[in-house]
Amino acid sequence: MADLTTNFAGIRSPNPFWLASAPPTNTGEQVMRAFDAGWGGAVWKTIGEPITNVSSRYSSIDCSAQRMMGLNNIELISDRPIEVNLREIAEVKRRYPRHAVVASLMVESKRKAWHEIVKRAEGAGADGLELNFGCPHGMSERGMGSAVGQVPEYTQRITQWVKEAAQTPVLVKLTPNVTDIRTIARAARRGGADGLSAINTINSITGIDLDTFLPRPNVDGKSSHGGYCGPAVKPIALNMIQQVLADTLDGPAVPISGIGGIGNWQDAAEFLLMGCTSVQVCTAVMHFGYRIVDEMIDGLSNWMDAKGFATLDDLRGKSLHKVTEWKHLNLNFKIVAQIDEALCIGCQLCHIACWDGAHQCIHVDRVSGPIDGPVELHARPRELGREKIAVTPMPRLDPPKQRVGPYATSLERIPRVDETECVGCNLCSLVCPVDGCIKMIELPTGLPPQTWAERTARLRSEH
Amino acid sequence: MGACPTHIDVPRFIQKIAAGNVTGSAKTILDANVLGASCARVCPVEVLCEGACVLHGKHQRPIEIGRLQRFATETFYDAGGKLPLRQREERTQRIACIGAGPASLACAAELRQQGFRVRVIDRRPLPGGLNTYGVAEYKLRAADSLREVEMVRNLGVEFQIRHVDAASLAVLEREFDAVFLGVGLGAMHRLDVQGADSAGAGIGAAAGVSAAAKIVDALKFIAAYKAGAPLSVGRRVVVIGAGNTAIDAACAAKRLGAETVTILYRRQRENIPAFAFEYDHALREGVEFVWATLPKSLTAAKDGLTLTCVTVAQDANGRLTPQAGSEFTIECDAVIPAIGQSPLVELLSQVRGVTMERGRVIIDRATGQTANPKFFAGGDCVNGGREVVDAVADGKRAALGIAAWLSEQASEQKPARTEEHRG
Repeated sequence: MADLTTNFAGIRSPNPFWLASAPPTNTGEQVMRAFDAGWGGAVWKTIGEPITNVSSRYSSIDCSAQRMMGLNNIELISDRPIEVNLREIAEVKRRYPRHAVVASLMVESKRKAWHEIVKRAEGAGADGLELNFGCPHGMSERGMGSAVGQVPEYTQRITQWVKEAAQTPVLVKLTPNVTDIRTIARAARRGGADGLSAINTINSITGIDLDTFLPRPNVDGKSSHGGYCGPAVKPIALNMIQQVLADTLDGPAVPISGIGGIGNWQDAAEFLLMGCTSVQVCTAVMHFGYRIVDEMIDGLSNWMDAKGFATLDDLRGKSLHKVTEWKHLNLNFKIVAQIDEALCIGCQLCHIACWDGAHQCIHVDRVSGPIDGPVELHARPRELGREKIAVTPMPRLDPPKQRVGPYATSLERIPRVDETECVGCNLCSLVCPVDGCIKMIELPTGLPPQTWAERTARLRSEH
Repeated sequence: MGACPTHIDVPRFIQKIAAGNVTGSAKTILDANVLGASCARVCPVEVLCEGACVLHGKHQRPIEIGRLQRFATETFYDAGGKLPLRQREERTQRIACIGAGPASLACAAELRQQGFRVRVIDRRPLPGGLNTYGVAEYKLRAADSLREVEMVRNLGVEFQIRHVDAASLAVLEREFDAVFLGVGLGAMHRLDVQGADSAGAGIGAAAGVSAAAKIVDALKFIAAYKAGAPLSVGRRVVVIGAGNTAIDAACAAKRLGAETVTILYRRQRENIPAFAFEYDHALREGVEFVWATLPKSLTAAKDGLTLTCVTVAQDANGRLTPQAGSEFTIECDAVIPAIGQSPLVELLSQVRGVTMERGRVIIDRATGQTANPKFFAGGDCVNGGREVVDAVADGKRAALGIAAWLSEQASEQKPARTEEHRG
């Protein structure tokens, strides 16, 4: 069985699965239950001067059968006194010395205030500190959270203040609500951060009630912009993490704790392959509970065994440098769609997608079996459409309908790909509801690989 | 959607339900099929839309299109929805639709939508044809059928209760600009067994069921109980025939309290004219089937009727031969023949210029026009007895055919504009 132990800039945990700073880590009682369920670490719900929350606080986006595809919140940091949180951190560390407890901190932007909270958190036994420079709602209006994380100078200065006092590793949590997340990551590194957490939630308004005209969530007739998270934000998080980890403009990268839409072991494996050292989870736990970590540990471990990875270091970052700039992609690589007639159910979604949304190269024009090869060129038969007079087939009056061709689906319903026109965009294979029915097959062009960078360089040298 | 005779845009109406636009969904359905609500209940979806669902190819159950259509149309009507009026440009031409069943209703609704003046004429006190009188109550209540008729009436269609014979058809031909024949089929075939006319007494006393009959044909039986007549089928019922109407009658008899309901069929199970899912339904209702059996004679017994039957053998050509010495008897309280309806040959063959073949009116399939250009036809009198949805499709096609023919006639009367119109 693979070794999942994790060492994040000196913070050790039995596995890379940490709970993100959020409602699931609000109290010691919760964190202890989470550790019992299998979580390797927890970033405590952000500690600071207690605030007053509003009701309601959440709203979400569903996608077909998937509830909470995206979750939006306007909840602030911990509403419990600092000393209560610290007392519970001490209790958790006493009972779970091998698990990682990271204190998330947010206080007013004064050196003394930061020095004080750092000392108190470390005094309680926290294994590390996460600076919440990311909260995009409420706290930012008070000069904290993303108000700090959106300005490189503030990020650097406060990180420096923290480092002046800190004995434990310091993580800076990055907000995605910036033009270029790398500028903030660099500032954190300059300030001395030992690691980064990314990403925090994305500014959002999830929707509007069409009866009351109130945006969600509703707080007594008004709403406010919130922070968006959940499965919907995973691609954004992966992209930003790749950007930060691949950026070595002013010094080497620091470890990243990946956050954003992670809900199962596959998601976690992707963040680790992109280079994350640990991962943090919130929305999936708010949706399904602490128990999901059991499957995450088991699934990741089995996958690592299957792939021959003994430790997380063996797989970390394997995909990071497979992302490149567009100009380094091979222009002479060609793939085309291939429809497996035996699997096709005749829904024709690929045909519609290709005609309306792509390059008009998937046709519905086959009327009979293979006569002149696998592809036949015919005009669309008129009788296939609404023009046809259809009647209810009665057992006594009508012979059973014969389907055309050798496949389960009648041939006239199976679309055909014009490979000479296909640009290999993938769209048909993305919309196809049958697994493995549309494959993208490489069509050798006979040309040597050439990128845009190489092509323009050659053109420049020829002139 | 190609599988639906009325070409309801199935993906579109389902998408509208999914998008929370039930009103738009119902209008999408009703625009294609004005009887979309009853079709949602009575259509054999297994051989139509749901049979064509591509999910079969994924070895999954098809989308429940019928139930979705029922949800959309009933939600719409329950909320007080009316058929949307397409236009209000009134035309002067008048069309008579003979029969008030699905074919005529669909024809009338479409013609009205195009602004024509339409009168629907039927001999029965309630309009709706077999939807009101002939489809088993458990599938479609008479009230639901009548609600749909009201929607058509709201469009401005006039309804008249009147018996139509060959002579009055000739008058209608003169008075109206076009006539649509949606008369359906005639009475059920009579059960040709010895003693069928004299045996038994008293199955019901209303709506055409003689008080002195323990033999009642399936359509009269269904019509009587749909009309709410006090009925007693007794404990033991025999239904003769294994078509869809026979199944309706057998299941209805079960629901009316019969302890045993037996369907006699002269051929084997694989030969039955009923749809496979109807047969399965009957089995679930507890109906018993006796195959390869012909009724031979009926006699009054002390306690009900005695039906004498004979087993028949079927040769390779489908010919049936009664087996000597195979006679057996079934004691029962009622016999319900369901052995098909006879065409209205007598009436239709007297319509001037209209031609028939094997009891069916011959039409141009695309327009519904008969050999007499002023007469159009559709539904059971044309197709020999199919489904409600087929009648609706026929009626709508004929309406479009009538509209096109009338505008052709009008432009021929104004030759100067002919080119424009045809262009």
